[in-house]
Amino acid sequence: MALIELRKLARIYQTGDTEFAALRDVDLSIDRGEFVAISGSSGSGKSTLMNILGCLDSPTRGSYFLGDRDVAKLSRIELARVRNEFIGFVFQNFNLLSRTTAAENVELPLIYAKVPPAERRKRSREALERVGLGHRAGHTPSQLSGGQQQRVAIARALVTKPPLILADEPTGNLDSATSAEIMRLLSELQQSGITVIYVTHELDIAAYAGRKILMKDGAIISDQRQTPMLAEAS
Amino acid sequence: MIPVSETLRLAARALRRNKLRSFLTTLGIIIGVGAVIFIQSIGEGAKSRVRAQIESAGTNIVMLWSGSSQGPGGRGGAGSQPSITWEDLRAIQTELPSVRAVAPQINSSQPVISETNTWNTQITGTTPDYFVIRNWPVASGALFTASDQASAAKNAVIGQTAAENLFGPGVDPIGQIIRIRDAPFTIVGVLERKGQNAMGMDQDDGLYIPLSAFQTRMQRGLGKFVPGRISVSAVSPEAIPRVRQEIAELLRERHRLGPDDEDDFSTSSMAEMTSMLTSTQDTMTLLLSAIALVSLVVGGIGVMNIMLVSVTERTREIGIRMAVGAQPADIMNQFLVEALVLSAIGGALGVLFGVGLGQMIAPRFGWIMETKSEVVLIALGVSAGVGIVFGLYPARKASQLDPIDALRYE
Repeated sequence: MALIELRKLARIYQTGDTEFAALRDVDLSIDRGEFVAISGSSGSGKSTLMNILGCLDSPTRGSYFLGDRDVAKLSRIELARVRNEFIGFVFQNFNLLSRTTAAENVELPLIYAKVPPAERRKRSREALERVGLGHRAGHTPSQLSGGQQQRVAIARALVTKPPLILADEPTGNLDSATSAEIMRLLSELQQSGITVIYVTHELDIAAYAGRKILMKDGAIISDQRQTPMLAEAS
Repeated sequence: MIPVSETLRLAARALRRNKLRSFLTTLGIIIGVGAVIFIQSIGEGAKSRVRAQIESAGTNIVMLWSGSSQGPGGRGGAGSQPSITWEDLRAIQTELPSVRAVAPQINSSQPVISETNTWNTQITGTTPDYFVIRNWPVASGALFTASDQASAAKNAVIGQTAAENLFGPGVDPIGQIIRIRDAPFTIVGVLERKGQNAMGMDQDDGLYIPLSAFQTRMQRGLGKFVPGRISVSAVSPEAIPRVRQEIAELLRERHRLGPDDEDDFSTSSMAEMTSMLTSTQDTMTLLLSAIALVSLVVGGIGVMNIMLVSVTERTREIGIRMAVGAQPADIMNQFLVEALVLSAIGGALGVLFGVGLGQMIAPRFGWIMETKSEVVLIALGVSAGVGIVFGLYPARKASQLDPIDALRYE
């Protein structure tokens, strides 16, 4: 059953009289539990697609079904609720709150989900343990390595138990060994049933996915199933 | 929207993070509120001092004058045409239930000669009830009596300043003989110290003798009419208007004035005097408070400025919060509550600052501080209002950020 269903989705930016189509009538269907890598050169529309998938942006035309709900025309307020309940974000530059402990960073989505403080602390600790950082809960981002910061970000993404995690170049700022660790972590999450979609321009990182989508000029030019790298290893 | 307690906690954290900046921002509010509290307290203190001084002249007093008559030569001023007789006075005292006591008084500034000194002082001829009305007991000796008044006895009661100047410090004035226009008077009592009156005059510089003695020694003798002003004290402050009304009715009847005739006497109450003197104070206080309020608004602009800086600085934080599910209203509240907490703390510190400043400065200039609780509440309310008004624009700006742009902000 499809978790994501895009139909004739277009995103057109207008500057003065000139129109620029970042996405041109994209059709895409992603099932629950899939592990999808999106690649493409810069300007291919992959970031725009991620923003719309993440409900940070709304399409100009077309429809976007997340679950059984069309989220293409939702208000800012409703989009915020959808992001909070259904989506976890992982960014290239981690986007953690500085001078704020790992535990508090992970708690952040739960504050907006109106989870009471005691429950928040418990779930934050569980999420940090799941990414292997239970012992670093009291550390601030500046006291953590890049890989550890990205783990905190992943913990923050999964603390609300969302069905979908979106990662935008999750390994872009990391060395190859750390990148492999992060991809292994994302694979584990996918194997536990979460749908994981990530953007990358590196071939070896795209190899972790079970499905590889290539974009160019705002359209999908190839969409292939592949055997995920870690599935071979195990 | 997330609960207020959560937003408050966020605001407290953000403000603690920039302690110096938060403090400097609140300084504007602290000074503004402090100035309002200080000025209001000093103004209120000055007012209540004037009130106390006026009350020291005696409580619940209605002043009564002869005069204001319409004659062939034009209209005379108060006291210009004697009209109140001793019988009128007795009638006021005995017939009007709201009247507690009545005392005529006549003044003259005269040189008074003791064995050692000469001193120019205010001599008042009056009756013993005068001291009842003015609530003014003797410190030593005794007051002159009703029989002194009846016999025009040459007994005198003296104020402390006059006594010191006539006899020198440390000399007991009781039993001393003084001369006024060659008439010898015996000092029988020294009054308690009373200080300055509302006009700044030393009330202790005076000599009091029976009215009858005053008239026989210094005027042509007792006449049919009561000279000078007459102090009438009402039984209570509330009875003052009633006393004035009753006196007017009584005197009009006794003087057989027709409905078209004007009063041949006039009355005024201390309440009129009080409101006249305090209204000047009120105007000054209002003016200075307006200036202080301007500085509070300037403080508010400081809050807005720093909130705008804060929103810009924390653009990425706003983006992160929005990405993980913060509603625009949550972001708006976060910054609004921050501005509110900032100015409310400023307001509270400002109250302390204003009161502290007053406690420090006021005694040096002999001012009295009187901080009214409603002024404190209003100052706190206004500073919180300033926080909301000047926090609104930055908070709105923050809440309307686009999450994608905010996340990308460097």
